[in-house]
Amino acid sequence: MLQSLKLAIKSIWSNKMRSFLTMLGIVIGVASVIILVSLVNGYMSYMMESFTSMGTNQISVRLTNLTSRHATVEQMYSFYNEHTDIFSQMTPQITVSATLKNGSDSLTDTSVSGVSEQYIDMKAYKLVSGRFISYSDLMGKQKVCVLGYYPAQKFFETPEKAVGQIVKINGYAYTVIGAVERQDTTTLEAGGTDDFCYLPYTTAVKLSRTGIPSSYTFATVDTTVTTDAVDLLTTFLTGIYRNTDLFHITAMSEMLDSLNSMISKMSLMLGGIAGISLLVAGVGVMNIMLVSVTERTKEIGIRKALGARPGVIMQQFVMEALLTSMIGGVIGIVLGSVLSNVVGAAMGISAPPTPIAVIVSFSVSVVIGLVFGYMPAKRAASLNPIDALRTE
Amino acid sequence: MPVKTVKLNKGDVLIDMRDIHKTYIMGDEEVHANDGVTLQIRMGEFVSIVGKSGSGKSTLMNIIGALDVPTSGEYLLGGEDVGLMTENELADIRNRMIGFVFQQYNLLPKLDLLENVELPLLYAHMDLEERKERAMHQLERVGLASKAHNMPNQLSGGQQQRVSIARALAGNPSLLLADEPTGALDSKTSRQILNFFRKLNDEGNTIVMITHDNSIAVEARRVVRITDGKINFDGDTEKYAAVVEARH
Repeated sequence: MLQSLKLAIKSIWSNKMRSFLTMLGIVIGVASVIILVSLVNGYMSYMMESFTSMGTNQISVRLTNLTSRHATVEQMYSFYNEHTDIFSQMTPQITVSATLKNGSDSLTDTSVSGVSEQYIDMKAYKLVSGRFISYSDLMGKQKVCVLGYYPAQKFFETPEKAVGQIVKINGYAYTVIGAVERQDTTTLEAGGTDDFCYLPYTTAVKLSRTGIPSSYTFATVDTTVTTDAVDLLTTFLTGIYRNTDLFHITAMSEMLDSLNSMISKMSLMLGGIAGISLLVAGVGVMNIMLVSVTERTKEIGIRKALGARPGVIMQQFVMEALLTSMIGGVIGIVLGSVLSNVVGAAMGISAPPTPIAVIVSFSVSVVIGLVFGYMPAKRAASLNPIDALRTE
Repeated sequence: MPVKTVKLNKGDVLIDMRDIHKTYIMGDEEVHANDGVTLQIRMGEFVSIVGKSGSGKSTLMNIIGALDVPTSGEYLLGGEDVGLMTENELADIRNRMIGFVFQQYNLLPKLDLLENVELPLLYAHMDLEERKERAMHQLERVGLASKAHNMPNQLSGGQQQRVSIARALAGNPSLLLADEPTGALDSKTSRQILNFFRKLNDEGNTIVMITHDNSIAVEARRVVRITDGKINFDGDTEKYAAVVEARH
């Protein structure tokens, strides 16, 4: 065994160029499996994170309000209060198209929305300065606002300086009571993640054309009750609208599920494509081993004449194929790990090589060495020593 | 399954062939390469098997060397029936009992001289230290110890043939089987090799040498001539020389 290993190392070393090219196939195959699987995994966890930050326990409801049939904020709140065993938070959301002004500076892309005091917890945002909208602000319909990082910095240089200042929204003066921590650490631009402004929904309805909130976000106590929550909302809203087309309920966890299944299908498909390159590499190994056997027919004949058993010859060639693909596999793993980190960093996601991808691709390369090395080795072992000696 | 080791002494029957036939199918034709060969060779003999190309001498050599098995007939090598052996047993008996010397030397080009000589010992599962020591001793015996770590292609033909003899002797076989050992050498080097064979024979080694050349054949002490797959002369060298002389 040890002897075959030594012979294999010697043979690989004495055919450096050829061994390298054979390994290259395995290296590329293994590396691509690792890179693809790691990147897909990294992307998946990135998506998961951003979805989780949006709240996987959230259900958003969009309503089409008609003058004859509509759900009022009071109706929605009383529904929510009846089902606190299922719902933990709720907020109306009124999107207002508005222009923010501070003196001569103005912002037009800022997303302005009216929300409840629970909104900040549902979003899991943190304030850098001041406070969020309070229940009394809602009740008193106070003209106050909480700014995102972008407008706060644009108007007042720092979020700290913004608190207590006046911002004009569509001409009305609002007092800034707080500013939210920066969310997007890479880009800060108009219309971006950090360009927003929150008002009490009671104040915002006055700025909106309809006067009635048309969207709500509910948070459930737990993701396990999502289905019950959706059912309850459907029953409740059907009672009001008597037409299921007039409202739309979307559960984040459902979206997450479909996203997950989509990503895992994609991961499987990409892994499969990379797997094919491993298979091609295996055929390459077999090809080279067959060439090696043909080329070394004479050597095999001599070894047999000197008393090498067929099994020993077989072992020698299988070992060579195995070692070639194992070395290729290890190089591929190293290369794949390095590249997946580099590419991941370039894509702005963390894509460490997954242990599964490493283990699977390494074992596949070992199996390839054995399977595709077996046939040539078998041929070598079964060569007739007389014929083998006679070849040149 | 290791083949039992029989200690053979000078004068014991080493090769015992009875009515050996070897038949090949070539196309539709049956070729009788060996057609009833009966031959005995004892320990300590130096025999040359002489025959023209196509006479069946190579087939006979393959059978003697346990590289091939006869179609019919019985071949006992050191008392063991080669015809009944499996591939593994054939490999073992070649390793243990036969040292081959080939016309083209057949050294492995990627191994140095010492490693080449070690090969049969390697397949006999001898441990590294003993292997090196014995291989070195054989290289000394053929006068090439100083080149132990040279590669075969750095040597002349005669030197390479000496290495291959060292390799053949390394496993301390019962039989040295040489196939046209001087076929690729000039006459002066051939002479040296043949002298070396005689010296080895004097030291007690059994040698069977296959050749097509009568002048080489008469260097042995006994000559077996094969024609059309049959032995038509078997006797000592002086008698053979007389037969050859008479024909001219």
